Amino acid sequence: MSAILQTFNLSKTFRERTAVRNLNLEVLPGDVFGFLGPNGAGKSTTIRMMLSLIRPSAGDVRLFGRSVLTERSHALARVGGIVEKPDFYLYLSAVRNLEIIGALCGGVKRSRIFEVLELVGLRERALDKVKTFSHGMKQRLGIAQALLNDPELVVLDEPTSGLDPQGMKEIRELIKHLARERGKTVFLSSHLLPEIELVANRMAIIHKGDLVVQGSVADLLESGEQKVVFRGTPLNRIRRLLAARKTLVRAVQRVGTEIHATMEFRHIPDLVKILVRNGVKLEAVIPRRSLEDFFLSMTESSAA
Amino acid sequence: MTMILLLRAECIKTFLKKRTYLGFLIILLVVPLVEIAMKIEGGRFTGASLRSLQQDFFFVGSLFNGWIVAHQLMNSLWVHIPLLISFVAGDQLAGEATAGTYRLLLIRPVSRTRIFFAKYLTTLVYTIVFVGFLGALSVGLALILMGTGDLLVFRDGILILPASDVAWRFFAAYILAGWSMATIATIAFFFSSFVENAIGPIVATMGILIVLLIVGVLPVELFEAVRPYLFTSHLNIWMGVFADPVDWSDILRSLAWLSGYSAAFAAAAWMIFVRKDILT
Repeated sequence: MSAILQTFNLSKTFRERTAVRNLNLEVLPGDVFGFLGPNGAGKSTTIRMMLSLIRPSAGDVRLFGRSVLTERSHALARVGGIVEKPDFYLYLSAVRNLEIIGALCGGVKRSRIFEVLELVGLRERALDKVKTFSHGMKQRLGIAQALLNDPELVVLDEPTSGLDPQGMKEIRELIKHLARERGKTVFLSSHLLPEIELVANRMAIIHKGDLVVQGSVADLLESGEQKVVFRGTPLNRIRRLLAARKTLVRAVQRVGTEIHATMEFRHIPDLVKILVRNGVKLEAVIPRRSLEDFFLSMTESSAA
Repeated sequence: MTMILLLRAECIKTFLKKRTYLGFLIILLVVPLVEIAMKIEGGRFTGASLRSLQQDFFFVGSLFNGWIVAHQLMNSLWVHIPLLISFVAGDQLAGEATAGTYRLLLIRPVSRTRIFFAKYLTTLVYTIVFVGFLGALSVGLALILMGTGDLLVFRDGILILPASDVAWRFFAAYILAGWSMATIATIAFFFSSFVENAIGPIVATMGILIVLLIVGVLPVELFEAVRPYLFTSHLNIWMGVFADPVDWSDILRSLAWLSGYSAAFAAAAWMIFVRKDILT
């Protein structure tokens, strides 16, 4: 399967500061690709290079096999996106804003403008000036403009930033809808880890401009050490028994009425057998399949 | 087709923006105010201008009319018009940076060169519409209030142009004035290409204009040598059509200088714009 989006040793240096270094990403058709990283990791710089807002210091970006540097118009023809917060012409209505953006895509029909406004739930506010919109409505209008030319690849840079939990949920549902019902490939950048966990099938983590890891979300979550919570009695015996298995468990910590162990999930059955054989009355063993833990462990090891 | 769509989109953005009409509003206030004041003052206005000449010449009848008022107004307003034009021209690119809307425009499958030219053409359209509005209002209102008559032109002496020979001169003068203001607009547009705040281009344009106007009038030998090459020396190109006979070769030379300056500043702005990293 040929990649829809590829970066080749993509780098950007601002004077002395390297924002992105030798980044190699690959997004396949149908992916909801999560692009994770803490603030200042280089996510937006990468997206700006992908969408030709800034020129790479080195490397290239290929969209649908075409270089953004040498075949810009062809490369961007099947792409829509939001870069950081969506800013609009506040003194114009939502429809006027989309007409202007449509002109840049070679013109779009008015019916298409209303179709995308309907999709993001702004049909009723179509003729209102954007300055009367809330932040959440502007975010949704941002997604509407990204979909205006019916792109195959939608690049969304922190689309839930600044939204309340309900607004975040709506945007997540919209992203899932775009991927599942409309067949779009989505490149989603976020520092909100649960967001990626909930919607993405593949992901990459960037930290201080370097790619830390890239792959399937499920595989990445399965691999590496995770946190497992043990509940039961007596608690001290659980802690002691786990701490004694240094080859299986890296760290053990008592947190209130629980024992938190850092370990690989595959060792859970063996440890449960040991605990039960030693008279522990286990109430629950909860694997914390948290991307957050994974993310932190990856970025910490990258920083080290 | 794409270029027409882009031009239309840029015109919508410019002409639906309130600040675009600030210049029109000022003109709409100032021109009637001055012309009504002149109407009330009546012949005293021309009387003061002719006082020194009355020792040697004998004037019969009233020389005060709409043409002479419109001509006088054209002379005095050109100091302020560049400020009003740079107010909009300086906002064309910098305004997008300030608003963060470059991020909407420049990720689309259309070349930056096309976007640049759509914006530049819109700036020129605004300039022409603005100068046209000024001309139509100042000449039209002056003629309505004070009627027609012979036009007295005080420039290197006195010239009286018969009423039947004046209308085309005003028409030509405003076309040439539009050309000079297009140069001012281009300079503001140039400054707009590398800053992220619309105030900078306005200040820079007015600054360069004031400095060069001073250089243009100071009686210093060094300045006199460069004077013919300054664009400010050619901004009053429109005055040439109120001569008899009209020196068209001189007008064409000034047109060429202004066009050259416009082309140079527009090319520099284009080079900056197409290479610019959008960080806002």
